[in-house]
Amino acid sequence: MNPFIIFLSTTFFLTAWFQTNPGLEESKERGKLVYEDFCVTCHRSNGAGFGKNYPPLANSDFLLNKRKESIYAVKYGMQGEITVNGTVYNKKMEALGLSDEEVADVMNYIYFSWGNSTTKMVTVEEVKSIKK
Amino acid sequence: MVAKFYALVMMSLLTLCKQKDLNPPSSEPAAVDFEWVVQETNIPWGMAVLPDGSLLYTEKEGIFYHVSDGKKREVGRPEEIYLRGQGGLLDICLHPDFKNNKKLYFTMSRQPNGEKGGNTALFSAEFDGNTIQNTKLLYQATPLTTAGHHFGSRIVFDKKGYLYFTIGDRGDRDLNPQDVNRDGGKVYRLNDDGSVPADNPFKGNDGKPNAVFSYGHRNLQGMSVHPSTDEVWTNEHGPKGGDEINIIKKGANYGWPVITYGKEYSGLTITDETSRPGMEQPLYYWIPSIAPSGMCFVDADVYPDWKGNVLVGSLVFEYLERLELKDNKVVARHKLFEDMGRVRNVITAPDGMIYVAIENKGILKIKPQKK
Repeated sequence: MNPFIIFLSTTFFLTAWFQTNPGLEESKERGKLVYEDFCVTCHRSNGAGFGKNYPPLANSDFLLNKRKESIYAVKYGMQGEITVNGTVYNKKMEALGLSDEEVADVMNYIYFSWGNSTTKMVTVEEVKSIKK
Repeated sequence: MVAKFYALVMMSLLTLCKQKDLNPPSSEPAAVDFEWVVQETNIPWGMAVLPDGSLLYTEKEGIFYHVSDGKKREVGRPEEIYLRGQGGLLDICLHPDFKNNKKLYFTMSRQPNGEKGGNTALFSAEFDGNTIQNTKLLYQATPLTTAGHHFGSRIVFDKKGYLYFTIGDRGDRDLNPQDVNRDGGKVYRLNDDGSVPADNPFKGNDGKPNAVFSYGHRNLQGMSVHPSTDEVWTNEHGPKGGDEINIIKKGANYGWPVITYGKEYSGLTITDETSRPGMEQPLYYWIPSIAPSGMCFVDADVYPDWKGNVLVGSLVFEYLERLELKDNKVVARHKLFEDMGRVRNVITAPDGMIYVAIENKGILKIKPQKK
């Protein structure tokens, strides 16, 4: 393929992508701080999780396939059995006491780090719409 | 070139070895006999056994419970609690003369009405058997911040009647732990009415002694007074590695974050320094981190097999650690109650019985050992 066409299509794709996710980079930056404050001790700085109680967030099928449940967990806490990448986890996560803005930011950091990627960034409106 | 490569490999191996457990704990050979005092808990944080043998304990979410004759009853909810991250209702401790004055103390992360953020606060209160009442604020750490970690906190009394409590570095390690005029990363000492003892080691900005007793700490969630020496012992969370046991000396600097045996969570180096003149060395440090919470000395009259031992809860590895000591050195480590859950607290009651609080599980009492 013509390198110029590759360049053009990449530029086009990236521009389109950034337009669908305005403010993503800023949100991720804020989310990193939230992550390092609230999440890192159990889920670790590379999102790999730890031992048999703290599931991975990097390349996690649960996060990608169960977006609503994932946001719910960060907003209200989580309880009961879940399966992540074929492994069963059953550990209660207490509510963290985050604002809706912080939930959106930390979800964006998680959804766009360590090789994770999803098409749509998490917005404050989306977090607000998830009720107990 | 080959030599260089070899040196590099050796260095990497050494670095790997450093992260390995230097003195790994062994599993307890025989099951430990116990009975449940409370079944079903969320995050039981502080515990205190009353003179009548009943138990008062706190749930981090902000509830005081009283357990008497096998029945659990809610007896209070503090106001202005700051429920965020590691914050919430934390430790509880009885006044040495509780039997007569019904007085107790508790710590929690507090967000004063109308303000943004929170910080650890110490309160006194009374418990008449029915409700926690006459709550009085004795100390409020500042500044209020929205950081969700490192609130501490534990409370103890020594035999001389001084009250000690702890506050973690509140996530601001560059500003708080090494400055004796700022809150956070400290062990504090007060009189039982909340006033500052005249012979406390540091003077505040107003020229009067302040509440700080020792500094350079990270996040202390275990504290106990040695039954024979009356010294205050603490444990604190390191970052990745470098959890510590310390004996607290008046006015001493415990080094965080200038010296540490730990690394960043990412594995990066915080500092190469593990010692410096004028800074205390820990009595013991854990690599890897066990995430210690709670600490008590074993009463050998009740548990003769564990004479002179110290017990510490492990949050991350989910067991109760029994440390054997000889001349203030850890000589052996053992794991008790493996895989029951995150061990948040362990105390020795006035009658010598050991109580263990496990997250999302319950509170148990270890049965006495035969002499």
